[in-house]
Amino acid sequence: MSTIETPKIKLTGVKKAFGNNHILRGVDLEVPAGKSLVVIGGSGTGKSVTLKCILGLLKPDAGTIEIDGQDITNISAKERDQLMLKFGMLFQGAALFDSIKIWENVAFGLIQGRRMNRKEAREIAIAKIKAVGLKPEVADLYPAELSGGMQKRVGLARAVATSPEIIFFDEPTTGLDPIMADVINNLIVEQVKEIGATALSITHDMGSVRKIADYVAMIHEGQIIWHGSVEELDNSGNEYIEQFIHGRADGPITRRVA
Amino acid sequence: MTAHSNQNQKPSLNIFQMVGAALLNLFEKTGAITRFIGLSLYHIVTPTYFPSQLWRQLKDIGYYSLPVVGMTALFTGMVLALQSYTGFTRFNAEGAVASVVVLSVTRELAPVLAGLMVAGRVGASIAAEIGTMRVTEQIDALTTLSVNPYKYLIAPRVLAGAITLPILVLIGDIIGVYGGYIVSVYKLGFNPNNYISQTWDILESMDVISGLVKAGAFGFIVSIMGCYHGYNSGRGAQGVGNATTNAVVSASILILIFNYLLTQVFFS
Repeated sequence: MSTIETPKIKLTGVKKAFGNNHILRGVDLEVPAGKSLVVIGGSGTGKSVTLKCILGLLKPDAGTIEIDGQDITNISAKERDQLMLKFGMLFQGAALFDSIKIWENVAFGLIQGRRMNRKEAREIAIAKIKAVGLKPEVADLYPAELSGGMQKRVGLARAVATSPEIIFFDEPTTGLDPIMADVINNLIVEQVKEIGATALSITHDMGSVRKIADYVAMIHEGQIIWHGSVEELDNSGNEYIEQFIHGRADGPITRRVA
Repeated sequence: MTAHSNQNQKPSLNIFQMVGAALLNLFEKTGAITRFIGLSLYHIVTPTYFPSQLWRQLKDIGYYSLPVVGMTALFTGMVLALQSYTGFTRFNAEGAVASVVVLSVTRELAPVLAGLMVAGRVGASIAAEIGTMRVTEQIDALTTLSVNPYKYLIAPRVLAGAITLPILVLIGDIIGVYGGYIVSVYKLGFNPNNYISQTWDILESMDVISGLVKAGAFGFIVSIMGCYHGYNSGRGAQGVGNATTNAVVSASILILIFNYLLTQVFFS
């Protein structure tokens, strides 16, 4: 996946430890502009921490993170706020703001982050709510009144409402039934394509990977141990990948059940 | 991720280790809270501002605390009149009841009791709300939507706490004195005009002002402690529960400590 143009997102030797617990042991990762990379790996291998380091929610101990060729590892809080305008994210639990209405959630980045007037923002929000397959009537409900799958859809609408250049998906299908998972996967592909964004997802759902990925990287014990295109996934010749995509208990990846 | 890293450590029985760990923990906490206060103040004064959030907090923290503070002040004033009367009759000093009520209420009881009541009501709810937002990743979501959580969540609450508590205490002063008046006049048979003129004669503006300054400090303490513990809440229901407890306990203790310090500054 090496390209001549500057990759949208580039991680070089990123390390992060919590006390003696070394989560990331030098992660190298590249996402080309306009492509979708999915990072797979078991629970606790460092997927979420990688994402949080890129977002600046956690500060890596070593290594660099570049967005559009600019090193963002040590930028100021103000520059960080500015940079965030490029990002959108769908959280695992949707993370909707439960004290405000659905449409205000979807329009949040527009009203509070970009200071758009409420009327205009509401129109965009309603359009996005429709685009993710919800009825416009849900706009005036509160998040607690929606099912898990509907909340995920609203979360997706909120993530794409500001037309970000980069979108992160944190386990987008976890906790959903297989049909709803497929619906969400389709919506992700559709929305990402529509706004032409670069996507970085983390998941352990192989169905999701095959649907939304252009490229796949596998993280194990804090390092990327394999990466390639989604077509190469099935004949990677890598026994870690083989074990993971077929979900076998036996193989090189051993679970420490301590 | 911000869960306290020492949450799962087993307690050691070695006395030196225990004292050392407690000291290190104290320094670490003090540093973290100081940094949090500094960041909060910075984000209060620098743009972007969220007036709608401030308005919501002024209502939540101020307006809705009115009944609690009012009841506290009323019964404190009433019991104060009753107690000082029964005490003072022993050496024929019943005339001092009005003075005792107005000075105790304005200088001490209204600010401290209002502070403690608001710590219970508001400190707990701030910590629980922000803690839940932390646990459900809503705070991370704010960041990804280009909204700084300090400006959107912390600054309005801290500001609202410091602004509204003096107002609440001023109202509490009036209600408290009126409580003393009711008991003195209707139960103890004082002359209403004498009681009111005695109250005005003894009262100096410094008594009220010192109480209001205290109230401002207590309001700041309550909201900053609620925000700090909520923002750094541990994971899960237990994490939020601990955050709430810590917010109320630390705010209450700090109110009592700062009450002493401020009294010393004003009246010595």
